[in-house]
Amino acid sequence: MAQPILNVRGLVKRFGGLLATDHVDLTVQPGEIHALIGPNGAGKTTLISQLMGELKPNEGTVELAGQSLDALPTARRVGLGLARTFQITCLLPDYTVLDNIALAVQVRQGHSFRFWKNVRSDRSLRDEASTFLTGTGLEPRENELVANLSHGEQKQLELAIALATQPRLLLLDEPMAGLGHAESQQMIKTLRGLKNQVSMLLVEHDMDAVFALADRISVLVYGRVIASGSVDEIRQNPEVRTAYLGEGDELC
Amino acid sequence: MNSENSFKRPALLAAVLIVMIALPLIADATGYSALTSLATRILIYGIAAASLNLVLGYGGLVSFGHAAFFGIGGYVVGILYQHYSLEEPLFGFIPGTNQMLITLPVAILISGLAAAAIGALSLRTGGVQFIMITLAFAQMLFFLFVSLKTYGGDDGLIIRRTNELPGLNMRDKQTVYYVCLFITAVFFALLWRIVNSRFGNVLVGLRQSEKRMAAIGLPAYRYRLMAFIISGMGCGLAGALMANFLRFASPDMMHWTKSGELMVMVILGGVGTLFGPLIGAAVFIVLETTLAAWTENWQLALGFILLFVVLYTHGGVQALVSRLMGKR
Ligand SMILES: Nc1ncnc2c1ncn2[C@@H]1O[C@H](COP(=O)(O)OP(=O)(O)OP(=O)(O)O)[C@@H](O)[C@H]1O
Ligand SMILES: [Mg+2]
Repeated sequence: MAQPILNVRGLVKRFGGLLATDHVDLTVQPGEIHALIGPNGAGKTTLISQLMGELKPNEGTVELAGQSLDALPTARRVGLGLARTFQITCLLPDYTVLDNIALAVQVRQGHSFRFWKNVRSDRSLRDEASTFLTGTGLEPRENELVANLSHGEQKQLELAIALATQPRLLLLDEPMAGLGHAESQQMIKTLRGLKNQVSMLLVEHDMDAVFALADRISVLVYGRVIASGSVDEIRQNPEVRTAYLGEGDELC
Repeated sequence: MNSENSFKRPALLAAVLIVMIALPLIADATGYSALTSLATRILIYGIAAASLNLVLGYGGLVSFGHAAFFGIGGYVVGILYQHYSLEEPLFGFIPGTNQMLITLPVAILISGLAAAAIGALSLRTGGVQFIMITLAFAQMLFFLFVSLKTYGGDDGLIIRRTNELPGLNMRDKQTVYYVCLFITAVFFALLWRIVNSRFGNVLVGLRQSEKRMAAIGLPAYRYRLMAFIISGMGCGLAGALMANFLRFASPDMMHWTKSGELMVMVILGGVGTLFGPLIGAAVFIVLETTLAAWTENWQLALGFILLFVVLYTHGGVQALVSRLMGKR
């Protein structure tokens, strides 16, 4: 098999007595959408934060395309091609939609020790930023302040910003949560369209979305990966059904 | 944001500038010659407060130690003057000087270096810790200068003559005012470029969400440090001007109450706006002067006014005026 884009080995994270990540092994292959599912509090967000370097794991290693990320701070990891979206949106509220994306483009272009040119009349930056809005529902809203966006629009902006960093691997933390049916369908379509460009680790509760998008699924329960496999394998797995898909009663 | 609109009101700005140019003449004509001195102090404090505002308002970093840089700027002028007048070089090889074209750049440089050192250490922390550490550094410098008997210790340093500028009579209060006005104009023009540049963009981004900025790949520390250094340099410039204006530099310039006053000016005028701190400095100094004439407890009265500004104006005097003028 080709070298995985993401390779996680023996990852452990403890919050006091709580084992939030319990010896997790996980790989994402290039071009694949790997879904990570699990009940509330299973440790999905905690795992993503460790991959990004926002949280420091107690044990284990993380590699991106064969390169170890363990010693690198978040900013360097992003530079190497890692990007995430936030479950609880994390945007710049005083800035417009376009400002938020343009800032991601700016940071990707290199250092920001530039003190003279007005950043808001920098055509190259603005034009490139708006390419990340074409075809999305945010296109007509590019000059709206983030604080005035609906929840669904903020979720879309999260994705647009992450894409503006031009990642090789996208970590999506519940991109459909809180979206209406139409918005979810739109998001599924968008993600499917991205499949050729970027690999994804998709954390999602919406099982329709997971089954529609995922190439592989891993199931996380109490910080531990209890199963990993193709969509069908996971559907059939009795342990998964007991622990997660809520069909335990039938099996007793 | 306010900051971007500030220069889109060129008419208002030009009007203010004309009034400021005409001010000494008005002061003379009306017999209030003290007005020129008052205005000079406002300009100088305006520079210091606007410098603090770069980290406080734009960067969201609550520094409680900026008087340190103000004081360092003042002492650079004072110490260079002392070595000049005693004709004995500093450390045996650095000659003193009374030339403003040298003292101001040196003051900016030294305060920038001090800001680099203090910033490098204090920016490793955040929140309340950052407030306390910046305060602690400033107080350390305060006590250092109190104990430096060679430079006047507690009593400070008297500078017998304002620094010279070629071709100008710096003994004239009006000339000093115009020099300060010119420097203030240049300073704000530079600051305006900075806050609207790529650098300003990441700084304001960091204030809004450090987590978001990290997630788009920004290493925060170095940008904050740069902002802290620029800010320290601005305060150093202001301190150097103040030492020239008062012909005096003393440890009081770096006392924590001075840091507090600078913060009050920023809050009074409008946090995170380009000209807010200058307006705040004007309001503060006018209030200080008039209230002090009425009552000994002027600080209490000032406290109430500050409370009102914080609770009711939503963004200081600048925002209040904008709203009264029907903008925003
Ligand atoms: N900073 C923290 N300190 C202490 N405990 C934490 C911290 N962050 C998360 N936890 C705990 O770790 C566990 C995993 O949390 P996490 O947010 O990763 O779950 P999740 O799988 O993302 O859940 P959800 O589906 O609700 O988003 C939870 O029990 C949570 O309470
Ligand atoms: Mg979560």
